[in-house]
Amino acid sequence: MDILGFIIILVKVLIVFAGTMLTVLIMIIAERRVSAFMQGRIGPNRVGPKGLLQPIADGIKFLFKEDIIPAGVDKPIFVLAPAVLLIPALMTFAVIPFGSDITIFGRQIALQVADINVGILYVLALTSIGVYGIVLAGYSSNSKYSLLGGLRSSAQLISYELAMGLAVVSIILLSGSLKLNDIVLDQQGYLFSWNVFKQPLAFIIFLIAVYAETNRLPFDLSEAEQELVGGYHTEYSSMKFAMFFMAEYANMITAAALTVTLFFGGWDFPFVNEASIGNWGTLLSVLSFIFKMGFFLFLFIWVRWTFPRFRYDQLMKLGWKVMLPIAIFNIFITAGYLTLKTVV
Amino acid sequence: MGIVTKSYEPTFWDKLYFPALIRGLMVTLRYFFKKKVTVQYPDKKHIPPDGYRGLHRLNKYSDGRIRCVACEMCSAACPADCIDIIPGPAPWEEGKERYPIKFEIDLLTCIFCGFCEMACPEEAIELTEIYDFSDYSRENLIIDRDGLLGVYEMTKNKNYYKKYGNIDKGLSVVEIDKS
Repeated sequence: MDILGFIIILVKVLIVFAGTMLTVLIMIIAERRVSAFMQGRIGPNRVGPKGLLQPIADGIKFLFKEDIIPAGVDKPIFVLAPAVLLIPALMTFAVIPFGSDITIFGRQIALQVADINVGILYVLALTSIGVYGIVLAGYSSNSKYSLLGGLRSSAQLISYELAMGLAVVSIILLSGSLKLNDIVLDQQGYLFSWNVFKQPLAFIIFLIAVYAETNRLPFDLSEAEQELVGGYHTEYSSMKFAMFFMAEYANMITAAALTVTLFFGGWDFPFVNEASIGNWGTLLSVLSFIFKMGFFLFLFIWVRWTFPRFRYDQLMKLGWKVMLPIAIFNIFITAGYLTLKTVV
Repeated sequence: MGIVTKSYEPTFWDKLYFPALIRGLMVTLRYFFKKKVTVQYPDKKHIPPDGYRGLHRLNKYSDGRIRCVACEMCSAACPADCIDIIPGPAPWEEGKERYPIKFEIDLLTCIFCGFCEMACPEEAIELTEIYDFSDYSRENLIIDRDGLLGVYEMTKNKNYYKKYGNIDKGLSVVEIDKS
């Protein structure tokens, strides 16, 4: 690899990292303002214009708070857990294509940090590692509430990940590739070539599973502040708590981006061939990606203030008895259709 | 008496859940765009409805005489025992012969029940719409006769919050005599 290529990748990493962190900041303020709006309140509007600097104030507060490590914790694991949760959350975005190719100085650059052959497997693997962070935090905290939170998280993992994986399988069947870039290219063209119209069942299953994956309401059993104080991060304070917080939002961003990539044509703007209009097409595609992602991020908050939390057994029932059979049925239909298409 | 059994059999449409979920989402979305109920208090002050029981005042006649005759009905009616009156001969020629030399209300003891204004035969003591009169010391929250008369001057036109409400004067609106 030449030096220039290396620099380009470095710049892309920086852009993606900065973009993710910026979106985390936006999400922190958006979460509070949107929550407030949906409850008929105004929300934080004192720090900076319209309260936009609130996340900065929050961040400074976190930095200057005392970092408490309670007695009796399993210290190495206790310190490691937030990192185990945050790092995979930030790494996942690397494989997501966020725009069509851009041409700078005659050099074609793909707007994706790493185009891995098994991109979708990479995403599924990393998001599963993230759950270890929650489980480890619960295990090491020496607190019954944290332990219950971690326990619930692990039980939640096995009940939704299967259905989620199977929903993704039907997408892979359609596109014939595990590369996220290929999945996006496969959905190009007009609006109804998006996977959401080809695979509505898979989309619904995936969307529900994503909410469980990111520990958001209605599936935030591992936090469940009304029952478990704070769930897995009860004993954490200062920047360690902030890391859990950031990881949750980073996970949401990745999940929203993944939903867009798999089901809403990624960066595709319907009825426009981005490649044919050069760099303007790239700009359009990036904006289209951001807009779609923004909608799903809004949906996360919207859903949070609409639906009550599922009970533990209800989540199990939903995962095993509803989503899994439907996902298998969906794969059956998709595979059957594809086989018929090749035969006929 | 017969037993009424109400049973609910969900239809297939109900079992899908999604129509209901979307209806729920629409409710929250409607609230998202609705007018917000928050009053940003120190910047904007709400005007309480009529009959609000806030800070007390001592009413005057139009010629400036104090209505109060220091009969001590209010302090007798007061369940919190926060009114302290010393009567004396009125200084003016005509009208009532008694008036309060000292009329103190301990606002920290007062429970704002309004019994004093009900007990008053002269309609001299009244509760006003003023609700923001906190202070830094207990002494400042014992309001005396001139303070109560001052409250009357401020509230007699029923425009206290329109006139003083949006001025960032803190609580100094209520002139409390520290003597």
